[in-house]
Amino acid sequence: MPKWAMVFDLDKCTGCGACMAACKMENNVAIVDPEEAQAGRALFWMDMINAHEGEYPTVAIKRMPKPCFHCDNPPCTKVCPVRATYLNEDGLVAQIYHRCIGCRYCMAACPFTAKVFNWWDPRWLEGATTCFNPDVSLRMAGVVEKCSFCAHRLHHVNEVARVDDRALQDGEFMPACAENCPADAIYFGDLENKDSQVYKLSRSYRVSRVMEDLGVEPKVYYLARRTA
Amino acid sequence: MDKSKILDSERDAPLFRPIYETGKGYYATGGVFLAIYLWSLYMYYTQVRSGLGVTGMNQPVTWGFYIVNFVFFIGISHAGTLISAILRLSKAEWRRPITRMAEVITAIVLAIGGLHPIIDLGRPDRMLSLLESGRLQSPLLWDVTSITAYFTASTVYLYLPMIPDIARIRDRGGKLKWLYTFMAWGWQGTEHQKRVLNRAINILMVMVIPIAVSVHTVISYIFSMTLQPGWHSTIFGPYFVAGAIFSGIAALLIVMIIFRKVFHFEDYLKQIHFQYLGTLLLIMSIVWFYFTFSEYLTGVFGGEPHEMNTILYKFTGPFAIFFWGMVFCNFVIPVTILSFRKLKTITGVLIASIAVVIGMWLERFIIVVPSLANPRMHLPLGIYIPTLVEWAMFAGGLSVFALGFMVFAKFFPLISIWEIEEGREHGIKEVEERIHSYLPGRELSSLKGEG
Repeated sequence: MPKWAMVFDLDKCTGCGACMAACKMENNVAIVDPEEAQAGRALFWMDMINAHEGEYPTVAIKRMPKPCFHCDNPPCTKVCPVRATYLNEDGLVAQIYHRCIGCRYCMAACPFTAKVFNWWDPRWLEGATTCFNPDVSLRMAGVVEKCSFCAHRLHHVNEVARVDDRALQDGEFMPACAENCPADAIYFGDLENKDSQVYKLSRSYRVSRVMEDLGVEPKVYYLARRTA
Repeated sequence: MDKSKILDSERDAPLFRPIYETGKGYYATGGVFLAIYLWSLYMYYTQVRSGLGVTGMNQPVTWGFYIVNFVFFIGISHAGTLISAILRLSKAEWRRPITRMAEVITAIVLAIGGLHPIIDLGRPDRMLSLLESGRLQSPLLWDVTSITAYFTASTVYLYLPMIPDIARIRDRGGKLKWLYTFMAWGWQGTEHQKRVLNRAINILMVMVIPIAVSVHTVISYIFSMTLQPGWHSTIFGPYFVAGAIFSGIAALLIVMIIFRKVFHFEDYLKQIHFQYLGTLLLIMSIVWFYFTFSEYLTGVFGGEPHEMNTILYKFTGPFAIFFWGMVFCNFVIPVTILSFRKLKTITGVLIASIAVVIGMWLERFIIVVPSLANPRMHLPLGIYIPTLVEWAMFAGGLSVFALGFMVFAKFFPLISIWEIEEGREHGIKEVEERIHSYLPGRELSSLKGEG
């Protein structure tokens, strides 16, 4: 089983939010009204955490992009009553929108608050409906969704590699956020492939994972000289 | 013999009266509750039409009133069957006028509470997937299992002891004879039938206790099985069960006091019943405090940052008023009222019970919402303000409770008539014998007799 992992180099990240925008477009994520977003209903598969550290005048601001962590021991799939979220054969935590009953138990169980819920029927900006990504299904009101590590792209590159009768190359499967990062701060690849860049980065002295002590084995790594 | 029996049944005539006589007040109250119920149905319709967006829930507060009320109502349902089973099992003679009402509470409230997770679903149309392709590994499925088991057991446990009373109504003739004939199941009161009925009740009451305990334990598991601070706690199982019995007794007392007043049951529900149940409420209040204290002390003492965030949020955050209100309603008020004989009047018990029901609702709220509003990640704190739809569903739930009781009262006696009679005919003698058997001397003589 491959171990697809994402590495964020926070020393390179400028916090511009291009990953969030790319993700929205790539995955047909619905737009919500500003008032709704204010009430905590914004739909982000790729979210941005803003944290302050220290007191004035030595305040440090931390911007931290946050996708789904695709845990190897996911707390969300354990509680799903209908197997609408599960760890699939590619090692990704997947969602089945047409099976989800909308109980939101997985959202309550996720320690990283990675999942979002379709409180209303999805809505898009005018004109956006003509340029949906045809590879990603649209979600209906009442179901949970979240970052898929752009699993539809994996299907595509797998297919290409199969036709060419070769193994996947490192860097061939890239989620939209990694591809669009202007600072090249997002790396993506297979941890099982010992030659891959993410494997090397995951062994860097700068690496850390969020709440590693919970034992859920997240597959998203952060690189930073600063600690915490 | 026959004549005395008829006279005997006439002695309990006040218990039949609500079935045959309906006043204007009944229709007025029923109309009000029906209106509230229909309003809540309409509100649910709007929710189904446009999605859960009509509620106040959001990310990260993904659960709100519906789950709070689910836990609350299921807690109330422990009033009945569990308390009635424990009282029957411990041969408490004063149980006789109480058990029926307790069991009715369970049946009605369990139906209301059990529906709440479905109201909470984003896709109620896919509800049947729970049965078709449910994962038994999910705590939610444990809930479905134990709640349906409890509902089945408690409705049977309500129905069986009603059979002799239904037969009495059948024999009196009058309205709906076919219904009572059908439901009485050919009851003639023969020795054999009595033996079978008693046996069935005995088996059920023993069975129903572990089921009832399992129900609220499993509901607590929904929370404690996750890794969230404030939820991930081993004490939750017994804490929830104790809280359920606590709120259940309070609800039972309120119902008893209301029906005593409305249907003039003063002769049946006496001061002593409220005294005894009041004492039980006092004990449960202290037990509740013990659990709450242990739960928060371990959290505060350990001082794990995420846990502390949640605890401080409860103590001093925007929900602090609910937290301290809970302590006041669940501990300060009932303990003050019920500890002193002077205050432990029926009015006093009523005030304490209302306080406890409110306090236990606040407890459920304090358990569900603040943990969600305080995610482990450095996210902005969640906000949750319930909307009109959620209030409507709450009001609807309460009015279904009232309506259920009102409808039940029009068809069946609210106090078990045959059990009162049994108390008169056999209970007194039995208790006397039992007390003799507790005392020294008696055993020796019986041993001698055997020897």
